[in-house]
Amino acid sequence: MSSKNPVRTAPRYVAPVEDSALGAVDAVRVSDKKSNLWLDAWRDLRKRPMFWISSVLILFIVFVALFPGVFTSAPPNDDCWLSADPGRDHNPFAASNGAPAPGHPLGFTKQGCDIFSRMVHGTATSLSVGIISALIVATMGILMGGLAGFFGGWVDSVLMRIGDIFFAIPYILAAVVVMSVFSAHRNVWVIALAIGAFAWPSTSRILRSEVLRIKQSDYVMASTALGLSRIKVLARHVLPNSIAPVIVVTTISLAAGITAEATLSFLGVGLPNHIMSWGNDISAAQNDLRNNPMTLIYPSIALSITVLAFIMLGETLREALDPRARALR
Amino acid sequence: MAGYIVRRVLQIIPVFIGTTLLIYFLVFALPGDPILALFGDKTPNPAVLARLRDQYHLNEPFLVQYWYYITGIFQGDFGTSFNGQPVSEQLSRAFPITIRLAVLAVLIELIVGISVGLVAGLRKGGIFDASSLVVSLILISLPIFVIGFVAQFGLAIKLGWFRTTVSQGAPLQDLILPAIVLASVNLAVTLRLTRASVLDTGNQDFVRMAWGKGLPTRRVIPVHILRNSLIPVTTSLAADFGILMVGATVTEGIFNVRGVGGTLFQAIKLHENATVVSFVTVMVILYIIVNLFIDLLYAVLDPRIRYVK
Repeated sequence: MSSKNPVRTAPRYVAPVEDSALGAVDAVRVSDKKSNLWLDAWRDLRKRPMFWISSVLILFIVFVALFPGVFTSAPPNDDCWLSADPGRDHNPFAASNGAPAPGHPLGFTKQGCDIFSRMVHGTATSLSVGIISALIVATMGILMGGLAGFFGGWVDSVLMRIGDIFFAIPYILAAVVVMSVFSAHRNVWVIALAIGAFAWPSTSRILRSEVLRIKQSDYVMASTALGLSRIKVLARHVLPNSIAPVIVVTTISLAAGITAEATLSFLGVGLPNHIMSWGNDISAAQNDLRNNPMTLIYPSIALSITVLAFIMLGETLREALDPRARALR
Repeated sequence: MAGYIVRRVLQIIPVFIGTTLLIYFLVFALPGDPILALFGDKTPNPAVLARLRDQYHLNEPFLVQYWYYITGIFQGDFGTSFNGQPVSEQLSRAFPITIRLAVLAVLIELIVGISVGLVAGLRKGGIFDASSLVVSLILISLPIFVIGFVAQFGLAIKLGWFRTTVSQGAPLQDLILPAIVLASVNLAVTLRLTRASVLDTGNQDFVRMAWGKGLPTRRVIPVHILRNSLIPVTTSLAADFGILMVGATVTEGIFNVRGVGGTLFQAIKLHENATVVSFVTVMVILYIIVNLFIDLLYAVLDPRIRYVK
């Protein structure tokens, strides 16, 4: 029988009957690679050149900070005049803003200090301010954000309003006030505290929203149903599963801490002059910008590369730890 | 909408009281003599000290001191600077200059950031996208004073394209270089946010629908993609404002602009702590108000915000 309408007689596709039981479809083979957020992130990270570049840079910077003596033997501070090249007609001022000389690859500052040596020795200061302030930010952020998100109710309201207050003061301005008041006792700890004490609210907000999300998941409900105490649920299940964004943001706040120290030193309320830091060196060189720009440029390069390394690491971690971002790529 | 406005305005009252209390506490309640600390490294006359103690009501309880201070703020009295001038007078002189600089900087930031971010987002993975991401990453890593000094040395001193420092009245053509420097910090953030937002909007159903029903590119990109991508960029302007104020302090210091930031910069450099504290207070209050304004703007742009508690 011939049809006028070809569509009606066109063969239809019928999928073959799937014989395997539902359980087999969902089953995970034991021999499959184990996986969790961190393993997935690591598998993703190790393929990224940016991750390796930033990690190697950071390891190198940490090494410089720990062992400055490996890189330079020129005295960086106090005895600056001594480092002047004695061959140059015994003029003690020869080294002031001096050009590079053998053993002094980048030349001298206005005070006759070896620029390269000061850069190497300043690494530890900048890095420790960054690390301490980032630790303060992370601790405060986890404490406030974790408690607020997990307990909710009035705890949440009170902690978040406190956070709002600290958030409303830009942390560098707050640090300017704190450092002005503490002008007599400026050191690495005080400056890190001044930065960290006002920089934590953004971390706590991020953790809070993550905790609110994790709190809804089935495994948290299950562990509550099994009779785990609230604190244990928080410590064992909620925090470990919501910590990833905090790690990302802490890496970036470390970079921000280093920048903040340099900015405060540049403004003249940072570390006292006898403590070597890149910020201090940049600040000291600014009046001579016209005649001797490199005195300012070299520590700026060291500062920028360090900050770049941590921001690059933070960015790659952010992309690797976010499953949604990974799926989009 | 009215309910939302009232709620948001009421919300800033505790924040306002908290921040001023916090700053006041930092300055006046910490160990050490606050009046001596106000003078920084200088040693003042004992008579001046006694008068200042009286003026700041230091012999009264802390909360009473704070009450005097906050009622003063509401009457436009932000205190007296080191040289005896009322801070409000200094502010009224410095504000127009800073506003000009800030508007110029925000314009540069928005125009460059949004257009580069849009192109990068539309051509994801291309060479333009990749290079704009690398450049913005480097820009984020450079502290603003480094950008400022390099620009001052390279463009003003070496090439002579701009004036090294800004002259007295701060005419617009002098402000271009400081504005570029000031814009550069937030520019990278705006660029990256616009790019991410354009990518996000580009995958939405209504954009696919717009392409699908055959709308021309010149309509889909500006109306469907760009307009909806700008909403998150607007909110980021609020956070940017804090960076902008710190950036203005540094930039105005470098280029010797006699604006709010420049005055604060000088006061910090000269250890005139009384002026520093007053200026920081004013900036924080400004920051709170701008944040409120941008929140309200956000609610106007995105109706979903208004209806969520």
